[in-house]
Amino acid sequence: MPKMSAILTLASSLILGVGGVWIAYNVDMLPVSASTNAPVYDELYRVLFIIGSILFIGMTALVIYSLIQFRRRPGETGDGIDLEGNISLEIFWTAVPAIVVLFVGLYSYDIYDRMGGMQPLMHDQSGHMGNQAERVWGGIGSGPIETSSSNNSSSLPIELTAMQFAFIFHYPKGDIISGELHVPVGKEVSLKMESKDVIHAFWVPQFRLKQDVIPGQPTILNFTPTKAGNFPIVCAELCGPYHGGMRSNVIVDEQEDFDTWIRENSKETI
Amino acid sequence: MTVSLKPNNSTPEKLQPTGWLKYLSFSLDHKVIGLQYLVCGFLFYLIGGSLAGAIRVELTSPLSDFMPREVYNQVLTLHGTIMIFLWIVPVVNGAFGNYLIPFYVGARDMAFPRLNAVAFWLIPPSGLMLITSYFINGAAQSGWTAYPPLSITTPAAGQIIWILSVLLLGGSSIFGGINFIATIIKLRRPGLKLMQLPMYCWAMLGTSILVVLSTPVLAGTLILLSFDIVAHTGFFNPSLGGNVIVYQHLFWFYSHPAVYIMVLPAFGLVSEILPIHSRKPLFGYTTMVFSIMGIVVLGLVVWAHHMFTSGTPPWMRLFFTIATAFIAVPTGIKFFNWVATLWGGKISLNSAMLFSCGFIINFVLGGITGVALAQVPFDIHVHDTYFVVAHFHYIVYGGSVFVIFSSIYHWFPKFTGKMLNENLGRFHFILTFIGFNLCFAPQHWLGLNGMPRRVAEYDPQFQLINQISSVGALLMALSTLPFLWNVFQSILYGHDAGDNPWNALTPEWLTSSPPPVENWDGEAPLVLEPYGYGNKNLNKTQEQNK
Repeated sequence: MPKMSAILTLASSLILGVGGVWIAYNVDMLPVSASTNAPVYDELYRVLFIIGSILFIGMTALVIYSLIQFRRRPGETGDGIDLEGNISLEIFWTAVPAIVVLFVGLYSYDIYDRMGGMQPLMHDQSGHMGNQAERVWGGIGSGPIETSSSNNSSSLPIELTAMQFAFIFHYPKGDIISGELHVPVGKEVSLKMESKDVIHAFWVPQFRLKQDVIPGQPTILNFTPTKAGNFPIVCAELCGPYHGGMRSNVIVDEQEDFDTWIRENSKETI
Repeated sequence: MTVSLKPNNSTPEKLQPTGWLKYLSFSLDHKVIGLQYLVCGFLFYLIGGSLAGAIRVELTSPLSDFMPREVYNQVLTLHGTIMIFLWIVPVVNGAFGNYLIPFYVGARDMAFPRLNAVAFWLIPPSGLMLITSYFINGAAQSGWTAYPPLSITTPAAGQIIWILSVLLLGGSSIFGGINFIATIIKLRRPGLKLMQLPMYCWAMLGTSILVVLSTPVLAGTLILLSFDIVAHTGFFNPSLGGNVIVYQHLFWFYSHPAVYIMVLPAFGLVSEILPIHSRKPLFGYTTMVFSIMGIVVLGLVVWAHHMFTSGTPPWMRLFFTIATAFIAVPTGIKFFNWVATLWGGKISLNSAMLFSCGFIINFVLGGITGVALAQVPFDIHVHDTYFVVAHFHYIVYGGSVFVIFSSIYHWFPKFTGKMLNENLGRFHFILTFIGFNLCFAPQHWLGLNGMPRRVAEYDPQFQLINQISSVGALLMALSTLPFLWNVFQSILYGHDAGDNPWNALTPEWLTSSPPPVENWDGEAPLVLEPYGYGNKNLNKTQEQNK
């Protein structure tokens, strides 16, 4: 009998594991991925989805099975088995979640590093401000800020000013001001963001990137679009009555189209 | 109405008004205060629920066409504040804590009965003040988080009333927390050890530690915020040199533990309900106690996971990711232990049990999305979206509110001496469970696909899912009707419950229903095995205890 139940447990665990993987790869709940960050993010999402599906289906099945199997039949009286604990079982179900959580934590650390989140920030709030007049924070995906701020960088510098209830983009090169963000595909963009009034958040779901735009706190956000197209920019932090309407677009162009747009809109003589 | 009070010099009769009038008096009886909390909290739940209904009506179409945008923001702010500070926290702590803890420790009342009454009587005026602010000059409209500078720049009257109201409610929580700690530690009946207490005592001890440590931080923060609003100081106002991130740190130092202040007592209540209706001992008592304390410690060091998109430095993100994710370990222990409590039992599938099992299923999903949200890269995408709305409601509604209903079905016979109708109770559960999951499960998809939270207008591609969500909300609203009918019907015409209809072993069932003023006519019973089900000497033990 114990052998039988061990086989059954093993079989149901296997079915659960395979089912979890199948669900995670067949139920796609994310929008299209359009930045270098997005596929890395999606990898973590899938791993979390596999673990989550296994846990949720497993626990739900256990509860429902218990309610059916151990229900009180009509006319039945008396108590269940007098079982107050089982040390080895309790150690088992303490150790397994601990290992899973540790794995997920380390794995997401790796993902975060690959997304550029762990790169040292030159002017972060931990104090390395030096003699800089301006304190700049780095959002996820930020490269070394000193590099990206300087003109030597290969990234495209754009300044974002958020205000109730609009995003205004300024291109230092060409002195272009735009209500939409135009960027070339495949090139790193270095977005320097600042808010004029309250906290806003810059979010492009297809880029899997979000960063609060904080008054009095310039923040750099770096990203590289990988897919040409038109994607929404959404304000994700409650910023007042028209918060829901504070939306814009990021238009990812091929390099030639982008150059044309720059040329047509530039105030400087090329 | 004239209400006269006798001085409380440990006289057996502590209050003069009798019948329902005693619930409108400054009663010092912990049971009266517990029911005051419960009924008052439920009234606020109906108000907060109506506001949620208004939100869901607005969101059935992508345009902001049901109410003005400012009003929408006021409604969502009031909804969040009422549900957290006037419904869940007062009920899972104040209502059941006050009613049950003195029984569980073998005391005749709480340690500080007057402080207890003051703690309750701070709630109705604070709540009414908060709601009436809507009619004065518009309620606060910066969300229940009241992030500056928005909370500084929106109309001041509503925001100041909001701050005052939350300060008073925080004071009420602190008074309650101190009282629970003192009662559990100092008023235990001689011979009753800490490790023999029912699990709800441990949950309330842990919760009260969190309340006492974290609520004063919120109070201080809100006082500084009010200075910024009325005296134009610059603590958090960046235009005067203030730092908005400091507010977020201070706010979340309270408001993340607040989640555990809402769910830890719920964990405790479930731990009381499952063994009785499974007729089995609570599995793994010692690990359950340690897991509560583990949650308390970890709960205090995870607040910054709410700020991953605010510009926190990498080391901080890493630390708070790991700390947050690790809460899944003690929480997981509790869930496995509950399932093990069901295993091999003789389970009665009554309303209390259904709501408790519904809680387990809902909370597992809420916990899983919680671990996902703890991961910085994952959080960066879904922070401040409907994914978070869904996760949060799976924790606080699917968790705490399901447990509140389970507890009402379980303890109603003790409160009133009458049984609730089981068929209506099961109907209530089915409507609530389906409505809740229909409302909130699709919101995970909304968040992942790009719908931010706290918006009156949204991208039209999300309309269908929002409408499904609104249908779920309608079912949840309708589910309240059979419950209310059941309660009124049962109070008036219900079957007599007898003293111990569940044949339970915990001490509150070893006295009459409803209990006398000082809980027992004779000496309080010494219950050393509150979960001794399945024990062959069960009846013998019970007799001895009496």
